[in-house]
Amino acid sequence: MVSTKVNLAGVELKNPVMTASGTFGSGKEYSEFVDLNRLGAVVTKGVANIPWPGNPTPRIAETYGGMLNAIGLQNPGIDVFVQRDIPFLQQYDTKIIVNVCGKSTEDYCEVVERLNDEPIDMMEINISCPNVKEGGIAFGQDAKAVEAITAELKKRAKKPIIMKLSPNVTNIVEMAKAAEAGGADVLSLINTLTGMKIDINRKTFALANKTGGLSGPAIKPVAVRMVYQVANAVKVPIVGMGGIMTAEDAMEFILAGATAVSVGTANFVNPYATVEIAEGIEKYLEVQGFKDINECIGLVK
Amino acid sequence: MSKTKINAVVASQEKIATGIYSMWLDAEPIAKEAVPGQFISVYSKDGANLLPRPISICEIDKENGRLRIVYRVVGKGTDEFSKCVAGDTLAIMGPLGNGFTLKSKKALLIGGGIGVPPMLELAKSLDCEFAMVAGYRDELFLNEEFEKLGNFYVATDDGSVGTKGTVIDAIKANDIKADIIYACGPIPMLRAIKEYAIESGIEAQISMEERMACGIGACLACVCKSKDKDEHTNVNNKRICKDGPVFDAREVEL
Repeated sequence: MVSTKVNLAGVELKNPVMTASGTFGSGKEYSEFVDLNRLGAVVTKGVANIPWPGNPTPRIAETYGGMLNAIGLQNPGIDVFVQRDIPFLQQYDTKIIVNVCGKSTEDYCEVVERLNDEPIDMMEINISCPNVKEGGIAFGQDAKAVEAITAELKKRAKKPIIMKLSPNVTNIVEMAKAAEAGGADVLSLINTLTGMKIDINRKTFALANKTGGLSGPAIKPVAVRMVYQVANAVKVPIVGMGGIMTAEDAMEFILAGATAVSVGTANFVNPYATVEIAEGIEKYLEVQGFKDINECIGLVK
Repeated sequence: MSKTKINAVVASQEKIATGIYSMWLDAEPIAKEAVPGQFISVYSKDGANLLPRPISICEIDKENGRLRIVYRVVGKGTDEFSKCVAGDTLAIMGPLGNGFTLKSKKALLIGGGIGVPPMLELAKSLDCEFAMVAGYRDELFLNEEFEKLGNFYVATDDGSVGTKGTVIDAIKANDIKADIIYACGPIPMLRAIKEYAIESGIEAQISMEERMACGIGACLACVCKSKDKDEHTNVNNKRICKDGPVFDAREVEL
């Protein structure tokens, strides 16, 4: 038997497979397809202090080997989330990671404080959403702002915090170091890459928001490169994501230095993707003669 | 109702009009669960086309475990599906969405363009008197199948067949009366139907469409505006793939 257990800031995951925020709701819809007990963690869709209606439609467009989304962080607000979504996830033997979004530092603080006494394992802070006008990515593209918000949230959070980084920066290592300096327990990367698609027949933008976040296999090489760079520059563990469709893709991230991985767009292509990837990782370890997944983390230097 | 993703075998496929294809799929686990007005997600084999294509169910043959879809070729995905022949496999997920709520009331079925196909299974499932009005740009399809089932009226944009104009023009020209409307078609048509239903004081169930990703209510890509705050989303948005595609016309903003 190989061991697939990994440790993120003191939180032990039974395997490194998590869900990428925004693609998996709070797990309920996908629980009709996969056994959530088999996942390392469920990362919920971002939740704010109050309900957000999100962007106008169309909110998504397909691109070659990828997709653009501009959902705009539609969410029911923390009150409904705490009453409905957390109790749902508590039924399962998986770690609960709540993704937090906001338009101001105060918004983020309010949600973090509300979550402090909830039965969750970690919080992932979304400072990298490219689809909202205020907040989101504005906090994630300036190193000083990244450090400041991380430090502010770290002062308040009673659970480990994961800072989710944007790839839409010149130097990802600078942002990663800033988050680490601010006290981040874990870093997750990458969020989506800002993109655009034009509908040549309607002669307008494919998305009502004009721009959207690019995800899917098209972005994987960029994500693997960034995970590798960050892993070699910081001491905190990393959750790698960006276009993971298979266990082989997941292993690329782990060998590049990620401790865990998140599966996002793949869920839309294959609702069983998360569990199939967890099984595939175990098989890879057996075939390659590893006893413990931790032997693989950052093996490629 | 349980949803599942399967590899379905194409039983037959034929082109029934310009760019319009009719395909029967062996899909027993989905066919046995499906109801009129639901849809399936159809997946491309080309890894460049990631997202499934939502396609309405045109007919359900529970006895033989088959589903029929009638769709228009609009892009790379549907073009790939149109080249399938009997014996090929297609990955599909379903049944998705809520479907129509059938009532024993004198019914008016309205389909516009590629919104015509889902009305066929509905027409076959109703146990009451009904009339069907189909709107086309110019070329007709499925018309002969509807004619066998009952009163069938046509509106065409160019007036080549039936009433020249919209489905509402055809309803008025033929003085069709009903106690409930079931409809599927483009937004301008649904908007006119909603207005007509409110004026006539009757219920209208309308089937909507939008660009989708997950197809099961998780990603919040395919929302429509709702009149009241939706219980699940806690904002004035409803998920077309999960809470719809069929809505009471009064509860959605068009």
